[in-house]
Parts: sequence; structure tokens; C-alpha cells
Amino acid sequence: MRKIKEFIIEKLILVCGLASIFFVAMIFLFLLKEGMNVFQTVSPFKFLFGKSWYPISEPAQLGILPLILGSLLVTFGAAVISIPIGVACAIYIAEVAPQNMKEILKSGIELLAAIPSVVLGFIGMVTIVPWVKNICHLPTGLSALSGSIMLAFMAMPTIVSIAEDALYSVPKSYKEGALALGATHWQAIHRVMLPAASSGILAAVMLGIGRVIGETMAVMMITGNSAVIPHSILQPVRTLTATIAAEMGEAVVGSEHYFALFAIGIVLFIISFAINVTADLFLHKKR
Amino acid sequence: MIKFNIKNLNIWFGHIHALKDVTIDITANEILSVIGPSNSGKTSFLRMLNRLNELSENFKMGGEVKFAGRNINDMDAELVRKKIGMVFALPLPLPLSIFDNVAYGVKMYGLKNRKKQQEIVEKALKQAYLWDEVKDRLQTSAFKLSGGQQQRLCIARTLAVEPDVILFDEPCSGLDPISTAKVEEAMLKLKANYTIVLVTNNVKQAARVGGKTAFFLSGELIEVDKTDKMFTAPQDKRTDDYISGKFG
Repeated sequence: MRKIKEFIIEKLILVCGLASIFFVAMIFLFLLKEGMNVFQTVSPFKFLFGKSWYPISEPAQLGILPLILGSLLVTFGAAVISIPIGVACAIYIAEVAPQNMKEILKSGIELLAAIPSVVLGFIGMVTIVPWVKNICHLPTGLSALSGSIMLAFMAMPTIVSIAEDALYSVPKSYKEGALALGATHWQAIHRVMLPAASSGILAAVMLGIGRVIGETMAVMMITGNSAVIPHSILQPVRTLTATIAAEMGEAVVGSEHYFALFAIGIVLFIISFAINVTADLFLHKKR
Repeated sequence: MIKFNIKNLNIWFGHIHALKDVTIDITANEILSVIGPSNSGKTSFLRMLNRLNELSENFKMGGEVKFAGRNINDMDAELVRKKIGMVFALPLPLPLSIFDNVAYGVKMYGLKNRKKQQEIVEKALKQAYLWDEVKDRLQTSAFKLSGGQQQRLCIARTLAVEPDVILFDEPCSGLDPISTAKVEEAMLKLKANYTIVLVTNNVKQAARVGGKTAFFLSGELIEVDKTDKMFTAPQDKRTDDYISGKFG
């Protein structure tokens, strides 16, 4: 009787484990099936590197290079802002802050993570956008820079909490070992703690970037949504995600436009997959 | 010559009174073994000497610890810890090559000259009786070494920064008898140039390395004397009971 119970539970867990892989595979297959149709009319090269995205003109021009560059630019800007601040914040919380400060900061960061992205986008629209406009003397503040700043806020909680965990889980004895050799607190942090936690910190950064590149609502609201190749971070851009969200409702099912949006989904999928694989490679290299 | 003057040392971690009114002198170029059961305060005593206790929250102290005539609390904590090296219970190599592990401290103090670094590493590894075993593979990862070798590597790392005093916190608790013998051999040779304080759970080890022995119980220093005398004619009955294995 006991053996049967064991057997059933074992198999149940196995099924649950396999389910996640199954769902990912199904999602990818579905994306692939729908998205591949677009390549009957456009070549993959033209699709990826075409410079103009006019899906409803006649004939439709389906080049997503402006969208890819838009996504990358916004993500890159957000990473430049959020990684140094996020990691520094994690170091402060894990190593420097006194106990009560630690609690306050941690709950503050959890709250930041709890704000829905549409609310953040809305706040960004009325605060960051005019601010960027005035500071940089732009005709409009709806730009990649505004998007980057906004997304940096969204990536920060992920980066801080995971990096802080990584630092916290470095054995205390490492730090004591360094201090016992006469290291100062900062030397112990940057020569022992940070290298020891580097895999966790990299994972934190990658997950933060993953969150940024997949974010849709806030960027759609404040990056200006113009599908042209950006020449500076102060120009409006449109990201891959925002394109899907904005156009899916209008695209005629089964049309070229519809399939192209699915193909964008594939591109997004591949990008986030690549980010995760890179993070994994870093993690394993360290060990 | 006296290295440490410790007078009426009391320490607390929160409400726990970890050391009670300890007064002891530690002589230079001698091994002082500190024995006692768990929670007797022997490790707290050791960590007092290089000011590691103050890293714990709620730590409070009374009394004074003088190192070479100066109160350690008036010195820079980094300087204290540079002069007073420490070897921990578990070997703690850093995720670096053998060479970089040993050169770690001096590099941190800003020594860039590669040749000088090599000299220091060789000297330290020889003093720790590890040189012959690793001289052909200094660039391999320190994690490839056995437990005993790792512990001697940690001793070499401590020696490389040229301290006056070396504190050993149960350095052989995780080692096999042969590795233990090697570490003890290194300690006996080292006492010619260094002052050594050894905290050990192993009463026999204290007897083997000689010098003086101090017996702690529940935060009190019960007795300190020449090891020979302590092990043949202890003054206090509790010492006798602990040494002969009646408790502990």
C-alpha cells in the first residue's frame, strides 16, 4: 500500500515537472507555426534587417530592425542605470546598513516591485517625460531615455533582492578570513564578497534585464512609439513588445501583419532565451 | 617577553556573558593552548585578540587587552589583524590559484613586484611545510588540494603577511591524524619566530604541542600553567576532571 502511494506521488511530481517543459515547448511551437507564415512573403533576412515597419501600407513593409534597435536601446539604457545603483544598493543592504535601515530599505524595494507596471508608466508619463523634455530641450519627452529611466525602476527590485540574497549567502567565514588578514571592510567586500557572490549577482543582473526586455505597458506609454531607427537615446522609439501589444488588436487574423507580429514574438522569445542561457553559462563557468 | 596583557576582560553578546573577568598574560615565542568544553568561551577569547568579536552585533566588552604594551582598541583594527594572523577551524581557501591564495594579503597591501611576491609565497609555503607538495603546481586551483593541504595553505597565507602572532582556532578539527601531525609540526617550528595561541577541542593536542595551557569553563579562566605541570598536577579539580575525560 505504502509502495503504491510512493509510486503515485513520484509519478505526479514527475508529471508536474514535465508539464512546465511541455508548456514551453507548446508555446514555442505555436509561435513558430503562426510566425513562420510571414516568411512566405518576406525573407527572414529582410524581416530582421529591413529598415521600415509599415505593416498596413500596400505592399506592407515588414522590417523589424527599428523595433529591435528600439528594444535594445531602451534595455541598454535601463541596464546602465539600474545595474550600478542596484548592485550598490544590494551591497549597502547586505553589508553596511544597520538592522532597522535594512528593514526599511527591503520593504521599500518590495513595494517598488509591487507597483503595477501601468501605474509606473502613468507616473512616468506625468513626471519623467516632462522632466526629460525640459532638461534636454526636446520637442517631446516621449523618448528612449524616459523609457530607460522608467524601466530601471522596474529592474531595480529584481536586481537588488537577488544580488542581496547572493551577498547574504556568502559564508560569513569568507569575510572574517579577509578581515583577519587585515583587510578593510571595503577590501573585504570587493575582493572577497563580490567575487564570491558574482554568480548570483550576474544572475540578478540577467533577470533584471530579462524583466526589462519583456516589459510592455510602461514602455508603450512613454517611449513615443515611433517605429524608426533611433540615432540617439533622446529620440522616440518603439519596442518589440509595444508593437505586439499595440497592433495585435487591429491586425486581421491570418493576414501578413498578423503573422509578422507572431514572428516578432519568436524574436523576443529567442532574445530572452539567449539572455537566460548567457546567465547560465556565467553561473557554470564560475563553478 | 610578554606579548599580550589581558586584564579583567569581560565580554557580552547581548545578554550572554561570554567571558568573565579573565586575566592572563601571553608570552612571546611560546604556544599557549586554550582548552575547554564547547561554550566555555575559548573561541571568544581568541577572537578578542584580533578584534573579530566586534563584528557581531550586540557585542560589549569591559577590561583591557594590551598587545605589545598598547591597548588594541586604540590601534587600527586592520593593523591589529595584520599583526595578529588567524587560522580558522575549517580550511578556507579562496577560489583562486595556490599562488594567489598565499600572495593574497601582500597583494592587498599593495605589493605589485612579481619577483618579490614569488619570494614571499615560497618562504611562506616552506614555513607551512607545503612547498614540496605544491611547488610544481602553484597555478592550479587551491580547491584541488586535500583538506590537510588546504589548512597548511591557510597557514601559509597567514604567514605571508608576516604577523607577530598567529591564532589557531581549532585548526585540526576537520583533519585526519596524519594531516594533524603535519600541522602540529609546523606549529612547533613556527614558535621560534611567532607567538602562537591555539584553541583546541583535543586535549591530547594541547599536551603534544607543549608550552602553556589555559583551561576555560563557562566563560571563566579556571587555570593557566606550564602544560607539563597542568597535565600532571593540576591545581583545580575541574581541570583534572576535564583533562582526564570525566566530562567535556
